[in-house]
Amino acid sequence: METYLFYILAIVTVIATIFAICEKHPVHAIVYLVTSFFALAAIFYLLSAPLVAMFEIIIYAGAVMVLFLFVVMILDLGHPEHAKRPGLFHWLPAVLLGEVILLSLGLMLSVRSGAPVNPPALSVQDFAVTLFGRYGVAIEIISMQLLFAVVGALYLGRRRKS
Amino acid sequence: MIVPLPHVLVLAAILFSLGTGCVLAWSSNVIMLLIGIEIMLNAAMLVFVGGSCQWGMVDGQVFALMIIAMTSAEVSLALAMVVYLHRRRKTVDADEFSELRDH
Repeated sequence: METYLFYILAIVTVIATIFAICEKHPVHAIVYLVTSFFALAAIFYLLSAPLVAMFEIIIYAGAVMVLFLFVVMILDLGHPEHAKRPGLFHWLPAVLLGEVILLSLGLMLSVRSGAPVNPPALSVQDFAVTLFGRYGVAIEIISMQLLFAVVGALYLGRRRKS
Repeated sequence: MIVPLPHVLVLAAILFSLGTGCVLAWSSNVIMLLIGIEIMLNAAMLVFVGGSCQWGMVDGQVFALMIIAMTSAEVSLALAMVVYLHRRRKTVDADEFSELRDH
């Protein structure tokens, strides 16, 4: 049951991402991307990472995408008649490199080996103990990084006199 | 593990190549370019979470959380820069922002 659910969610994620990329209207692209991130959050939950799934929904689908929407509205970019899609010449290298990645993927799948393992189930408690025990320094560094990002955004966003 | 790890990796690689294609193709709109970076970072998170589920270690989830924190910092800075550049040049075309010097 969960296996089928994974494949269904994977298809939803990929299709929503393709729509998001090909959409020329930025607002529609962002809404498609929110759909994709919700499906990805469900996949994270299936992969026994409930906390990461919650953060994916709260931070990615909630905060980051709404920030994108705000910028689109501030800059007044939501006019589909002015937007233009990149031409065929621009898509060509993208499609070519994507083909290379997918081909190497097929090669990897054809030579895979090793028996499947059944690891112990992961709990949120293990996650929290590892996060604040072994990776406590990383938490401090991340908080410093967020502080620097706030200072940088304030510096870039201030109004200049001239 | 509900699905074999290679299938998770296949999904992550498809998402990553879609993100790469988005970054390469949309040079005419900085916001779509940033969306492509988001998609690629999500694919990386999927690899971390899949690995942590495969080997029963939570370290992968910790790193996924680090990626989320890093992305929120990166997006706030990048969007502030987009607003700043749009205020100067009145455009979001990435090809227009090719000079360091002021006019």
